[in-house]
Amino acid sequence: MSAPTGVMLETLTKDIRLEWRSKDAINSMLFFALLVVVVFSFSFDPNAEESRQIAGGLIWVAFLFASVVALNQTWARELRNQVLDAYRVSPAPANALFLAKAVGNFIFVVILEALMVPLFVVFYKLRVLGPAWQLIPVAALGTWAIVVNGTFFAAMSVRTRSREIMLPLLLFPITIPALISTVEATTVILVGDPATSAKFWIVLLATYDVMFTLACLALFETVLHAE
Amino acid sequence: MRKAFPILGILTAIFLSYALYLALEVAPREQTMGDVQRIFYYHVPSAWTAFLLFFINFIASIQYLVRRSRSSDKVANWTLITVAVVTCIASVVIAMVPDLKKALPQGTYPSSIATTGIIIAGMYFLIRKYFSVEAVDALAVTTAEVGVVFCTVVLVTGPLWARPVWGIWWTWDVRLTSTLVLWLIYVSYLILRRFSSSGQTPVMAAALAVFGALDVPLVYFSIWIFRTQHPQPVVGGGGSIDPRMLHVLLMNWLAFLCFAFLVCWSRYRLERIKREVEETQALEALLEPRSVPR
Repeated sequence: MSAPTGVMLETLTKDIRLEWRSKDAINSMLFFALLVVVVFSFSFDPNAEESRQIAGGLIWVAFLFASVVALNQTWARELRNQVLDAYRVSPAPANALFLAKAVGNFIFVVILEALMVPLFVVFYKLRVLGPAWQLIPVAALGTWAIVVNGTFFAAMSVRTRSREIMLPLLLFPITIPALISTVEATTVILVGDPATSAKFWIVLLATYDVMFTLACLALFETVLHAE
Repeated sequence: MRKAFPILGILTAIFLSYALYLALEVAPREQTMGDVQRIFYYHVPSAWTAFLLFFINFIASIQYLVRRSRSSDKVANWTLITVAVVTCIASVVIAMVPDLKKALPQGTYPSSIATTGIIIAGMYFLIRKYFSVEAVDALAVTTAEVGVVFCTVVLVTGPLWARPVWGIWWTWDVRLTSTLVLWLIYVSYLILRRFSSSGQTPVMAAALAVFGALDVPLVYFSIWIFRTQHPQPVVGGGGSIDPRMLHVLLMNWLAFLCFAFLVCWSRYRLERIKREVEETQALEALLEPRSVPR
């Protein structure tokens, strides 16, 4: 096993083990998303047809807000006992660390989504009219878009004053194209109008993911070592 | 330098008033929209100036990241030279092959591709020649701040015009939305600069500027599919504009550019002086340890 993969797997298993024992991120994300869903359903109270139209937007806004909770904890956890400084002086490749963190966050957010979707279906009386399997690539690509940028910006915001509020301020403007594509794709699939297809949005989302993953990998080392 | 600033200031004030006179009096009245259309002479020059400043900010941010190591600096230089050469060759090829020429959007010439490439490379090397690595970061702050001001002018004058002409203040159309997102990105850029500790600010801000520059084309594409309501560009695009109006527009743009240059210049000097003071204070603190009993 090469050194980067080793570092990546070690960090990933460490993060998952920490999360498994504390369940900090998952619990707070779940409760937060649940609150968002309940608050939305009080403020809109839609019937089945309306909810199909707006559910894509609601569910992704809930996931975006909730994932910020987990993303904020990614690096904050490493501040205790100066772990982050240890990472910086260690010869371990920075990108392996970044990928481990991003994949870890991806797993946490996917678990959150898997738990929240049934609840959403029940609360908003949803029934998918389009090809439902397409929701899986949309969800995977959309989650990765949020998580990869979120992990990068969390590494920035963790070193600013008022770090908790900094992350959404940096992340949301950059995520807009990904959010538009994910919401549009989800709505198209939910409504199932044969004249429209989610393919364009999935391609756009994939382009976004590739571009920003490369940008994160190119710049992460510089940002980690900024002093 | 010190004398040039007030002279340029007075000239800019005169130029701006002349441009105002041109916009209000000389420019012909628009047939359907009436006098409301005159806001166009502020809206469009502000937009062009804001985009130009954001573009300079992007180049400055890239240079700040790239010029910290010699090898990446070399790679960037050669990339820029390649861009200029390739665009020149491409424009010649397109001009020779009629089929490719037809594929271009209406109103653009093959030579405009070469011009774009040369302008990008030229600006990159001009900034590289006249600004050191530290100065390039000061340039990035300056252009981002002034750019946000001009972008705000665009976002305020747009709805003022849209309300009587379209009947609505705002619509989620391609140009409006991309401009708004661009504004949001640069506001978050300024917030990041304010909230991070001084040593790390330049790197983090430069990284964010690169992300923003990657983001804007994607925003444009993702909203492009919805039908656009904004009037098509009247200059350079397929639209037509009265030559007298074009003259007034360009004069206004020049005046706005002078004004932007003036503001950028004073902001840039302020930033450099501020840094010099900070450095001197840090040095003095090192030289005179306070803990020594006197």
